[in-house]
Amino acid sequence: MTALSVRVRSYRPQRRHLPVLGALAVLVGAYGFGAVRYPAFGSGQVVLDIFIDHAFLLVVAVGATFVILTGGIDLSVGSVAALSTMASADLLQHRGWPAYAVIPMVLVLGAALGCAMGLVIHHFEIQPFIVTLAGMFLARGLCYTISTESISITDDTYTTMAQTPIPLGAGLHVSPSVVIALVVVAIAGHVLHFTRFGRTVYAVGGSERSALLMGLTVARTKVAVYTISGLCSALGGVLMAFYTLSADPLGAVGMELDAIAAVVIGGTILTGGSGYVLGTVLGVLVLGIIQTLITFDGTLSSWWTRIVIGALLFVFIALQRLIARRSR
Amino acid sequence: MRQSREILRMTGIRKRFPGVTALDGVDFRMFPGEVHALMGENGAGKSTLIKVLTGVEGVDAGSVELAGATVAFGGPDQAQRAGISTVYQEVNLCPNLSVAENIFIGREPRRLGRIQWSWMRQRAAELLARLDLRLDVSAELGTQSIAVQQMVAIARALDVSARVLVLDEPTSSLDAKEVEQLMAVLRALRADGMAILFVSHFIDQVFAIADRMTVLRNGKLVGEYVTAEITPVRLVTKMIGKELAALDELEVSERSRADADRPVLVAADGLTRSSGIEPFSMTIRRGEVVGLAGLLGSGRTELARLLFGADHADGGTLDVDGQRVHLRSPRAAMRQHIGFCSENRKTEGLIAELTIRENIALAVQAGRGWTRPVSRRRQVELATRYIEALDIRPADPEAVVGTLSGGNQQKVLLARWLATEPRLLILDEPTRGIDIGAKAEIQRLVATLAEDGMAVLFISAELEEVLRLSHHVAVLRDRRVVAQLANDGLTLEEIMSTIADGGRP
Amino acid sequence: MTGHRLFWPAAALVALLLGNLVVSPRFFAIEIRDGHLYGNLIDILRNGSPLILIAVGMTLVVATRGIDLSVGAVVAVSGAVACVQLGSATVLVAVAMALGLCLVLGAWNGWLVAGLKIQPIVATLILMVAGRGLAQLITGGQIVTVSSGPFLAIAGGYLLTLPLSFLIAMAVYALTSLVVRRSALGLLLESVGGNPEASRLSGLRSGRLVWLCYVFSGLCAGIAGLIISSNVTGADGNNAGLWMELDAILAVVIGGTQLTGGRFSLGGTVIGALLIQTLTTTVYALGIPSQETLLFKAIVVTAVCLAQSPAFRAKLVKRRRRNESTTAPTEPAKVEVSP
Repeated sequence: MTALSVRVRSYRPQRRHLPVLGALAVLVGAYGFGAVRYPAFGSGQVVLDIFIDHAFLLVVAVGATFVILTGGIDLSVGSVAALSTMASADLLQHRGWPAYAVIPMVLVLGAALGCAMGLVIHHFEIQPFIVTLAGMFLARGLCYTISTESISITDDTYTTMAQTPIPLGAGLHVSPSVVIALVVVAIAGHVLHFTRFGRTVYAVGGSERSALLMGLTVARTKVAVYTISGLCSALGGVLMAFYTLSADPLGAVGMELDAIAAVVIGGTILTGGSGYVLGTVLGVLVLGIIQTLITFDGTLSSWWTRIVIGALLFVFIALQRLIARRSR
Repeated sequence: MRQSREILRMTGIRKRFPGVTALDGVDFRMFPGEVHALMGENGAGKSTLIKVLTGVEGVDAGSVELAGATVAFGGPDQAQRAGISTVYQEVNLCPNLSVAENIFIGREPRRLGRIQWSWMRQRAAELLARLDLRLDVSAELGTQSIAVQQMVAIARALDVSARVLVLDEPTSSLDAKEVEQLMAVLRALRADGMAILFVSHFIDQVFAIADRMTVLRNGKLVGEYVTAEITPVRLVTKMIGKELAALDELEVSERSRADADRPVLVAADGLTRSSGIEPFSMTIRRGEVVGLAGLLGSGRTELARLLFGADHADGGTLDVDGQRVHLRSPRAAMRQHIGFCSENRKTEGLIAELTIRENIALAVQAGRGWTRPVSRRRQVELATRYIEALDIRPADPEAVVGTLSGGNQQKVLLARWLATEPRLLILDEPTRGIDIGAKAEIQRLVATLAEDGMAVLFISAELEEVLRLSHHVAVLRDRRVVAQLANDGLTLEEIMSTIADGGRP
Repeated sequence: MTGHRLFWPAAALVALLLGNLVVSPRFFAIEIRDGHLYGNLIDILRNGSPLILIAVGMTLVVATRGIDLSVGAVVAVSGAVACVQLGSATVLVAVAMALGLCLVLGAWNGWLVAGLKIQPIVATLILMVAGRGLAQLITGGQIVTVSSGPFLAIAGGYLLTLPLSFLIAMAVYALTSLVVRRSALGLLLESVGGNPEASRLSGLRSGRLVWLCYVFSGLCAGIAGLIISSNVTGADGNNAGLWMELDAILAVVIGGTQLTGGRFSLGGTVIGALLIQTLTTTVYALGIPSQETLLFKAIVVTAVCLAQSPAFRAKLVKRRRRNESTTAPTEPAKVEVSP
C-alpha cells in the first residue's frame, strides 16, 4: 500500500509526455460528454466501432508519423492508398489474380513509390513538400489511368475480411483490420523505441546535420521512412478495400490531411524529433470520436466535423506552444 | 619522446571549392601518444583539412594513410569506424535526445536487436563521471548548458574513438575550470597512446598541451614544429607573417584617462532579469570603453542584452542621456542610438544569403521602417565606405555574405552597427574565432571609436584584450556584477582574483 | 545565363508552348472575335489568373519562411459569401463583404503565426480544415448559383480586348511588385525570412510585417475566389479552389523562391503559375485524356524541380566529367584554372 502511494506521489509527467496526455484527456472528456448526452453512446462497442471505421486511417497515420518525426512531410499518403485500392481491384476483378498475390504486390508497389520519393528528396535535396506533392499527383493520376469509375470487389478473401467479426466476449467485436492495425502500431512502437533505426529517426528529426556528423546513417534512414510511409499507405489502401469492398479513383481524397491532423493532435511536432506512435493512435481516436458524436447528434450537418476538427487542432497547437514557451 | 611509427599521414592534399583553393599540397602527420596542434588564421585551411580527414569532404589530389594503409573515407561514419573521432566547435549533438542517448546513438548496446536502455544509462553516467560531470543522463540534452553539451560531445568522442581524436576548437565555450578538466583528460588519453589533433586559437592552451604543431597559411603548409623548440612569438610570426609590434603599439598608445567629468550617457540602476543577471548598477560615459570581464556563464551577455532591449528587464531602471527609458525591443534601443553586435554572428548576426551591401544597410533600414527606403545609391555608398574602412574581403558589395570567412563576416556585422552611428556600441565577443591580424584591426578600431566620442561596452573572454582597451572593467561572477574597477594600472591578476574572491569585502 | 534563377522556369514554359505549337500548328493563333482577343494563349492567360493571384500572395508569405495552406478554403469562402450576398445586395456590396471576410481570415492566420508564434504549416492547416466547413455553413450546404451580369463579367468580361480577370491579376502583380521594390519591404521580408533572429536584433519588428503578408495572402485568395465563382456562375463550397494551395506553392517554388524563405521573385512566381496553367491547357489541346492530366503535371513539375536543384545539376556535371575524362585522356584536369 505504501509502495503504491509512494509511486503515485512521485509521478510527475515529463515535459515531453504532456502533449500525449493532453490528447488522452480530450479523448476521455469527449467520451464522457457523449456518454452523458446520448445513452447509446456509453456502450463499449461505440469505441470499438471507431477502431473498426478508422483502422485504415490509423495505419496510414502511423506511416506518416515516421516521416514527420524526421522533420519531413508526406502529402502522397492518401493518393498512394487509393492507388493501392485501385490496383488491387483491377488485378482481382479484371485480371483474375488471387488475393494472396495481389496484396503483397500492392504493398511492394507502395513501398517502391515511397522509396523513390525518399531517394529524390535526399539525393537531390528537394523539399519533401514538393516531392511528395508530385508523388500525390503521380499516384492519383495512375488511379485515373487504371479506371475512371469505381470497381466493386467480389473476391472471397476480401469479403471474408470485410464480414467476419472477431468476437471479444460480452457482445463486443472488432474486425480483422483492427487487429492488423494494432499489430502495425505495436511494431512501429517497438521499432521507434528499441531499435537503432528508430532512434536514428528521432536523431535526424532533432538535428540532421548533427546526426550526419555523428556518423549516423542519415541517408538510409530518410529514404527508409518514406518507404515505410508508402508501405503503410498501401496497407491502408488494402484495409480500405476490406472495409468498402470497392475501389474508387476519388477515394481517400484528403486523407493526408486527416493523417497529419491525427499526428499533430497526438502530440508529434511537425518540425520533427519529438512524438510517440501512441499519440497518433489517440489522435485517430479523437478524430473518430468527433465524427461519431456528430453522427449521434443527428441535427448537425457533416461539415461541422471539419469545423470542430479545425477548432480542436487550434486548441492542441496553442497548448503545445504554451507548454513549449513555459518550459523555456 | 615518442618515436613510434606515424599513425596518420596525409600527403600532398589538394582541395578546391568554386573560386578558392582551400588546400594546396598540404602534408600532415600524427604520432600515437602525442597531441598535435593545427594552427593558422581564418582561411588557412584548418577546417578543410579536418573535413578531409574525417570524411566530410573528399580530396582533389593527395593521399591519406591510416596506420600505413591508404584510406579514402566516403563519409563521417566510415572515418568513425576506422577509428577517427571528432568533436566540433559547434556542439553537434541532437538536443531532443537524452544525454545518455547522445553519447551512444549509432552504437547503442543491444541484445537480440533490442536496445538495452538501463545499461546505456548506467554506462553513460560512468563516462561522464570520468569527466567529473554528474547529472541526470535521462534529461534532454537541450535543457543543459552549452558547456555541459560540449562535455557530452567529448564523452561521446572518447567512447567511440580508437586511435585518433580530433578536437576542433573544443574550448571556445568552456570556462577555465572546464578547460583544465579537458586538459587533464587529454593528458590521460595521450598517456594511453591516443593520437590527438587539437585546433585552437588560444595560444596558451596550445603551448600547455601540444607536443607538436603544424602551421598552415592560405592553404599552404608553413611548417611542422616541436613545441619545445618554438616560442609563442615565433609561432605567431609564422602564422601571420607580420611582426607583433603592431599589437604592442596598442598597449603603449596613449589612452586618455577616464575622466569623471565626461558626460554620462547610460546609467543603469538595479537593472535585473530573473535567471539572467542580478540587479546591477552601472554608468557608461561618452567616449569611454567599459569592459566586462568574467567566466563563461557569469552573465556578461545577459547584461549586454538588457542594455539593448534584446531581453526584457524584470526590474530596475535605465536612463539614457538623462531620460528614463524602457527598452522593450532592439528597435527601442536603436532609437536611443544604441547598437549591439551579437557574439553569435551566424545565428543572431548576419543574413547569410543576402549581400554585403544589404547586410550593412539592414539596421539603418530597419530603424526607418519599410515605408522609407534607403536608396540603392546610398546603400552602395555605405557599403563601399565600410568595406574600405574595415578592409573587408572580397571588396565587392554584391558578394554574398555566407561565402565570407569568419573574420570578414564579423567586420560586416560591425559595419552594420557603425552605419547606424550609435552613441553606445555594445560588442559581445567581437574577436572570437578570428585570426590575429583581424583581431588587432578590430581592437584598434574600438580604441579609435572611443577617442572619437563613442561609448563602447566591450565583452571578451580574453582578459588581456579587455585590459588593453577598457577605461573601466566591470567584473562579473555567477550572474552578478561583483566589482567595477578603474583601469589605473589594473593587472590580470587583480581581475582574476576579483573573479575568484567574488568582490571586495 | 543559365545561372539566372528565372532561366529554367522560363525555358520550361517556352519549351512547353513550342511543344504545343509542334503538335497543333494553330496553337499560337490569335483572332479577334466579338471585339476581343480569342485563342489558346488567351485561354491560358484567363484561366491562369486565379492561380497567379493566389501564388503572388503566397510568394510573400513563403519569403518570410511561412506557408499558407488555407488559400483554397479561403477561395471557397469568398465565393460563398459573394454568391449568397448577391441574392439581396448589389455587386459592390457583395464583393466588399467577400473580400472583407477574407481579410479577416488572413488576419486570423497572421495572428496565429505572428502573435501566437505557431508554425505556419500548422497554423494555416487549421483554416484549411475548417474553412470549407465554413463555406458550407455560409451556403447552407447548397451550391448557390448567380446570374448577376456585372459579377459574371469578372471572369467572363474583357477590357481592351484582354480578359478582365487577367488584367486584374496583372494589376495586383504590378502593384505588389512596385510596393515591394520601391519601399524597403523587399529587403525587410527577405531578412525576416533569411534569419528571423538576426533581423530582430537589427531592429526589425517582424511581427507586423509577417501579419501583413498573411492578410495580403488572404486578400489575393479572396479576389481569386471571386473570379472562380464568377467563372462557374456559382459557389461550390466543396470544390472551389480545391488543391489550389498546392498549385500555388508549386508555382512559387518553380519560380525560384525557396520554401525556406529569404530571397523571393514575384516575376518567377508568375512564370511558374503560367507554366502550371499551360500544362493544363497542353493536356487539353494535345488531346491527352483528362485522367492523365495529373500524371503529366507530376512529370513536368518533377522535371523542372530537378533542373533547379543544384544537387541534381552537380551530379549530372560530375557524371559528364567522368565520361569526358575517359574519352579524352589528353586533357584531364581542364577544370583547374590557376587563380
